[in-house]
Amino acid sequence: MKLEDCKLGGTHLKSSDFEKCKVLTTEWTPNLGYAWDNGVAIGRYLAELKEGKIIARVCHECHRIMIPPRMFCELCFRPTDEWAYVEDTGVVNTFSVARVNWDASRRGPKEPPLIPAVIEIDGATKGMGILHMLGEIGPDDVKIGMKVRAVWKKPEDRTGAITDILYFKPIRAAASKKPAAGRKR
Amino acid sequence: MGMRKVAIVGAGITKFVRRAQETGKELSWQASKMALDSCGITLDDVDMVTLGTAPDAFDGVHMKGEYLADGAGAHRKPYMRHYVGGGTGVFSPIHGWMHVASGMADICLVVAEEKMSSCQPHPQGAFLTIFDHTTEQPLKPTLIWIFALEMNRYMTTYGISKADIARVSVKNKHNALDHPSAQVAEEITVEDVLNSETLCWPVNRLDISPASDGAAAVVLASERVARRLTDKPVWIDGVGMSIDTAYWGTRDLSYPRYVETAARMAYDMAGIKEPAKEIHIAEPYDPFDYKELHHMEGLMLCPRGEAARLTAEGYTARDGNLPVCPSGGALGVGNPIAATGLMKVIELFLQLRGEAGKRQVPGKPTCGVAQAWGDLMQMGTVIVLRS
Amino acid sequence: MAITEKMTKTTTPTYWEGEIPVRYVYTYGLAGETFFRAIKERGTFLATRCDACDVTFLPPKVYCDRCFEELDKFVDVGTVGHVDTFTVTFKNMDGSDKPKPRILAMIRIDGTDGGIIHYLEGIGIEDVALGLPVKAIFKPKAQRKGGIMDIIGFGPVE
Repeated sequence: MKLEDCKLGGTHLKSSDFEKCKVLTTEWTPNLGYAWDNGVAIGRYLAELKEGKIIARVCHECHRIMIPPRMFCELCFRPTDEWAYVEDTGVVNTFSVARVNWDASRRGPKEPPLIPAVIEIDGATKGMGILHMLGEIGPDDVKIGMKVRAVWKKPEDRTGAITDILYFKPIRAAASKKPAAGRKR
Repeated sequence: MGMRKVAIVGAGITKFVRRAQETGKELSWQASKMALDSCGITLDDVDMVTLGTAPDAFDGVHMKGEYLADGAGAHRKPYMRHYVGGGTGVFSPIHGWMHVASGMADICLVVAEEKMSSCQPHPQGAFLTIFDHTTEQPLKPTLIWIFALEMNRYMTTYGISKADIARVSVKNKHNALDHPSAQVAEEITVEDVLNSETLCWPVNRLDISPASDGAAAVVLASERVARRLTDKPVWIDGVGMSIDTAYWGTRDLSYPRYVETAARMAYDMAGIKEPAKEIHIAEPYDPFDYKELHHMEGLMLCPRGEAARLTAEGYTARDGNLPVCPSGGALGVGNPIAATGLMKVIELFLQLRGEAGKRQVPGKPTCGVAQAWGDLMQMGTVIVLRS
Repeated sequence: MAITEKMTKTTTPTYWEGEIPVRYVYTYGLAGETFFRAIKERGTFLATRCDACDVTFLPPKVYCDRCFEELDKFVDVGTVGHVDTFTVTFKNMDGSDKPKPRILAMIRIDGTDGGIIHYLEGIGIEDVALGLPVKAIFKPKAQRKGGIMDIIGFGPVE
């Protein structure tokens, strides 16, 4: 059988078909609200963030210091053994410069791009990264391997959330004025 | 292992389009009917049906597998739905293989469907909860971040440029010009890709496959039945699957370990010791151009960090030493998430039978590998086919 | 973990609130487009029939789900049916009371093997029974949009 010899299904509709009501449609907005239990580990993680601290869990069998903390080790498949505080500094494992929002809309001309990054937290096992944002740095100056430090909300503004850390900023002064090679990000 | 031999004996596929008028059921039926007709059997001949379709949130239909069942020919038949995100399309024939290899079915119809156009404002929004709801969602991430973060790590680790990666998009969109289902086939250049809108650096618009509606289906048969239905059965000689941790911040994003683990499982079963030499044709999953390179390395078709250089040398072109994505891939044909992997399996099926028309690679290939990848970038599914 | 730690240092159970903010625009498909246009423009129901399986589908399908053959002939089956089953609803989804109880029924359209789920109108709770003949009541044509709510409900057959 060759695909070229077959009549294939699938009828393509254009945006204009919808705008001009050439096809009938029905709409629905579901009410999808959730209250997710945090569990013991994340419950403590958030409570410590409110205090301006980052806490991890330790597995005595594989010796990993894990963040986000978890009450069982997924590699050894046994309960983890103790809590341990880690630093609020880290190293950039990777980053992106985001110009689109979650719903695919574009960030406006006056909205600076967001810089999400995976940051390996100091004090945790090497390679333990968390997702967060970078700030106080231009998109063209970010480098994998940069050292960064958390910038926290004021204590009275913290609520026990990952956003109690506003972003991570570079520890040294911003990179030299030499522009990054290649195209602008 | 005590398992029976299983072959693919028929295939069907719809066009991949941005918005289809058909409901998901109708798309499933179109692909399934074509698959049954292609090997001359009726629904009565089908013992079991297995269907793959990605999140319910795309189509906006809860219990989507059950909803699609009557369009997948599952009327009063044993039926299972499976879902591993983008890995689904290659997981589908693996799931069907299990039913036939175990002896539970002689003929299994395998269907994969996606209708994501119903999701507003954009299907990408349904992916908000792929991130951890407590520790990541409050940062308002978007799905593209995951790919951008992984692409950056891969590029920086191996010193690969965006231009090197863009060649994959150029190759696949060109290959897709010969695929009748193709949604976004076109002739473009590396400069076109680099100049296209930057969405989340380093990802530009032309680095990404589109959102798509579409369906695909294959018919699997046990050896005795397969030889009766066709004189060109394509044997499923190896299957592999592996899932990595959902704590994605702890993974080495420069190398898809879970693809290697799944590939080893499939290669062992197929008796393949040197994949780079024994595989003639490959269809790794390419939702983003850098993923084709990432997955080639995970499939051990080349050393780590080398895939970009080989692409630049034409190694992976249709007439190269190891054609990769001769179909046009997700980048050229389209990416209805669950169905894309099955489109790739169908491409191997046709190539190994010499029925791929203008896409046919020279040299009579006899062994191919298809791979898909999904969930939170963590699931690897691999299948090895031989004629 | 030491027993004393387990008993004295408990974290207050907490939860995180959020939502999945998506909405949907569904096309009706090849069969559905024809079905709902007939409701919108002609105030009638169309069905498709598979002669091999002796099944008449309503709402119509473009394929028979039993034998998988393509069905491309739509037939007008009218708007009269009978109550196949029903329930009486007293509350809304949010738990508040409905202004008055409503009867929701599965109406088997005569001459078909299918049916429509909708409300009964103009029929008292004490009068509804399995097998009761009913007929569709449509909105005025100018108000119809091509959807299931173009039907106000099913009422008594004169």
